[in-house]
Amino acid sequence: MRHPLVVIGGGLLALLIILALAAPLYAGDPLNMDPFKRLQPPSAEMWFGTDNLGRDVFTRTIYGARISLLVGLAAAAGAALGGLLIGVIAGYVRGFDNIAMRVMDGLMSIPTILLAIALISLTGPGIGILIVAIAIPETPSIARLVRSVVLGVRERPYVEAALCGGARLPKVLWRHILPSTIPSLMVQSAGVCASAILTEAGLSFLGVGVPPEIPSWGNMIASSRLYLAIAPMTIFAPGICLAVTVLAVNLLGDGLRDMFDPRSKRRR
Amino acid sequence: MQMHQTARNDLLLDVRNLETHFFGEDSVTRALGGISFQVKKGETLGVVGESGCGKSVTALSILRLLPKVSARTVGGEVRFHGRDLLDLSDREMRKIRGDQIAMIFQEPMTSLNPVYTVGRQIAEAVQIHTKASRSAAMKKAEEMLRLVRIADPERRVNNYPHEMSGGMRQRAMIAMALACSPELLIADEPTTALDVTIQAQILRLIVDLKERTGTAVMFITHDLGVVAETCQRVIVMYAGRIVEQANVIDLFARPAHPYTQGLMRSVPDRRRGRQRRLPEIPGIVPSLREPIVGCSFAPRCPFAIDICREKRPPFLDVGSSHAAACWRAEEVMGA
Amino acid sequence: MNGPLLKVENLTKHYALGSGIFKKSIPVIRAVEGVSFCVEAGETLCIVGESGCGKSTVARLLMRLVEPTGGRVLIDGTDIAGLKKAALHAWRRRMQMVFQDPYSSLNPRLTAGQIITEPVENFERLSRKQRQAFAAELLRKVGMSPEMMHRLPSELSGGQRQRLGIARALSLNPSLIIADEAVSALDVSVQAQILNLLLDLQQQMGIAFVFISHDLGVVEHIGHRVAVMYLGRIVELAPCEALFAKPIHPYTEALIAAAPVPDPTRARLEAPVEGEVPSPINPPSGCAFHPRCPLAVERCRIDVPPLVPMADGRVVACHVRAPATDIPAQPAAAANPP
Repeated sequence: MRHPLVVIGGGLLALLIILALAAPLYAGDPLNMDPFKRLQPPSAEMWFGTDNLGRDVFTRTIYGARISLLVGLAAAAGAALGGLLIGVIAGYVRGFDNIAMRVMDGLMSIPTILLAIALISLTGPGIGILIVAIAIPETPSIARLVRSVVLGVRERPYVEAALCGGARLPKVLWRHILPSTIPSLMVQSAGVCASAILTEAGLSFLGVGVPPEIPSWGNMIASSRLYLAIAPMTIFAPGICLAVTVLAVNLLGDGLRDMFDPRSKRRR
Repeated sequence: MQMHQTARNDLLLDVRNLETHFFGEDSVTRALGGISFQVKKGETLGVVGESGCGKSVTALSILRLLPKVSARTVGGEVRFHGRDLLDLSDREMRKIRGDQIAMIFQEPMTSLNPVYTVGRQIAEAVQIHTKASRSAAMKKAEEMLRLVRIADPERRVNNYPHEMSGGMRQRAMIAMALACSPELLIADEPTTALDVTIQAQILRLIVDLKERTGTAVMFITHDLGVVAETCQRVIVMYAGRIVEQANVIDLFARPAHPYTQGLMRSVPDRRRGRQRRLPEIPGIVPSLREPIVGCSFAPRCPFAIDICREKRPPFLDVGSSHAAACWRAEEVMGA
Repeated sequence: MNGPLLKVENLTKHYALGSGIFKKSIPVIRAVEGVSFCVEAGETLCIVGESGCGKSTVARLLMRLVEPTGGRVLIDGTDIAGLKKAALHAWRRRMQMVFQDPYSSLNPRLTAGQIITEPVENFERLSRKQRQAFAAELLRKVGMSPEMMHRLPSELSGGQRQRLGIARALSLNPSLIIADEAVSALDVSVQAQILNLLLDLQQQMGIAFVFISHDLGVVEHIGHRVAVMYLGRIVELAPCEALFAKPIHPYTEALIAAAPVPDPTRARLEAPVEGEVPSPINPPSGCAFHPRCPLAVERCRIDVPPLVPMADGRVVACHVRAPATDIPAQPAAAANPP
């Protein structure tokens, strides 16, 4: 567990999560407007200045991390769980496999943004529906990955040995098959998490993501783009945070992949 | 006496004190701890030992085919026709390989290219080493396949490796190895992956071809039965060293090293009775990462005495063309 | 107990090659074709043959790792080939398996103790204490020290791993162990240790073995009776000593002649049997061995020879060496699908 990429990526991500969770302890109210202090430059009081409605950009950026991380982690967790379930069953039940994999092919062909727009126009904007909209198109790739691992492992003699020893299917799955899917599942989930954070920002920027009053990085960038020349921090602060977060998650993912793959470890 | 006089000219390969190490992240494995042996023209030398004893590393060291990043031959000489192969440039070495020394492996699929026909691969080997034309080389390939008794060679030259059975692929490998009439053929477990009846055919083929072409064969195997049926002289390896060397009759009649003896006794044999416990060699092979003091077999040896644990035994003659690295070889032979 | 411990009747397994949605006729691999034998308590029955002869499929059929196409597998008179999965569970305790590869047959993520006690925990609950005591006892039985229970398979040698495989099979206290090439992947000196262990266990616990191997030396050493298989069928089944002293089926003869013997003074073997094992997808008509058989006559190309009982208690399927007299076809011949 000492791979340098894992340490850097994981550390950075942990720091971001702590900062986001502890926001109420040190940051003000992200919704508090002050019409007299619009588009202020950074100062000792307001580190990143204020936006066009006189809201503190630093506070909003910190609270924005909550949204981004929530959407990213929840979408990754949802896709991982769904993919794991579908993948394991598909790897073991031939009849289900044929149907499930065709459905997965279908899901993979739906563009995330279109699906999100369609779902949000049905239910109205909200974080929950956004997470679902991002998780659904990511599920098939995880399901396929898990399925291929399961198909490889189920033929292993130690799985057959477990069956000979009288183990029933649920136990075989839990004890002998699931653990071997975890490494690739974690690596893939990190990728999903990173792309979910970016997708959320993109959708919010387009105005079909989280409701505009909620401080998310996408929303902040969208509402500040007209003031880039006057108050650059209003757009750079959330933009840089977005880049750093995605970088941290990707580093973590790459590190995990190297750590689990004995060949790349050797080369290090 | 006649033999003794011509011995010098007879010498094909003379390995002296060959030492090969493998380098890990934080360890050095002494895979070969200084081995010396000779191969004479036209003879079949068996190299036996269990996994990890260094028998394959010996072959790879001679041919300089070790993985460059993790392994290196750190000492010794490999004299082939008097020239030290370890001094040659990569280019000169490539010319030796295939032209004068050829090698066949346990799994022919690893050395046959799956995307070319077998005939083309043999023809290419021919073309690299002779200046034959394409069509002449293909003719030669067909001829080689006939030589290794593949039925229907005219048709088989156009087969891809996957269209052949395991036995046939091994024949094709032998054809390729012999295409340039090498003086030495190194066969590393060539029949281990094959069924018994196919193994018998391939062994028979190698022995026949050796007699017909006069190629010397270095036969690496873990199977004492295979050694007994194919080889004239045998070296036995244990933990990266040669522990015994003898002609095949003497070796089986009176093994002089306790390891050889233990190995032979642990093979089931009807002459010693069925359904009874086999004599075991207790313990396990020592790690080659730490230097070994004394005889490397001492911890498992029923004959071991104090000196065995303190001083490495020299390689001493125990008969004409029979030598063993054991302090108590006389007693072992009497047992 | 009356009757044999294990009785196998007409066991058959056909594999369909590919699914047949678009094809009219699906090619079928006849992996096992009407195999019958029985195993008495405390006995070792060996099955020998070359790759593709169906010997490993027989092992997997006995363990119900694959479903048979036809035939019966009776343990103490109960047919387990027809049992539902749930009913089969109870019978698992009677019959266990040791696998060929000591590396891939142990879950690399579990400790030695977890691996060998797992089967028991499929049947009864053990406390932590009981589990440890049981693991220690099992390890001692297979000649390992109890401290090894905390090791991972990757920290053990090949021989130790195979001992674990055997300990796992012993944990349910079975009457029968099926050993599928259990010593083939091991070095000779380790192989001797494992063979000794199996012989000891048989003597102490009266376990019966179905020992599947391609190594005739090993088979001759530990077998009581030997079945020789060729292309999915038993061609000869005989008491071990009789078989090696005087093989009757030409294939048995070829197999014994081909096995290398560690004795350089023995005359070099005469010309080995020609040709290779044909594909089980399209086996030769009649006796499957006839294309390679030096004795083959016209009849061998047409009729499948039945297994004919001989005077010394063996059965042989050969038209030339064991011509069927007026006895009608044996079950083996009747096993052909219509």
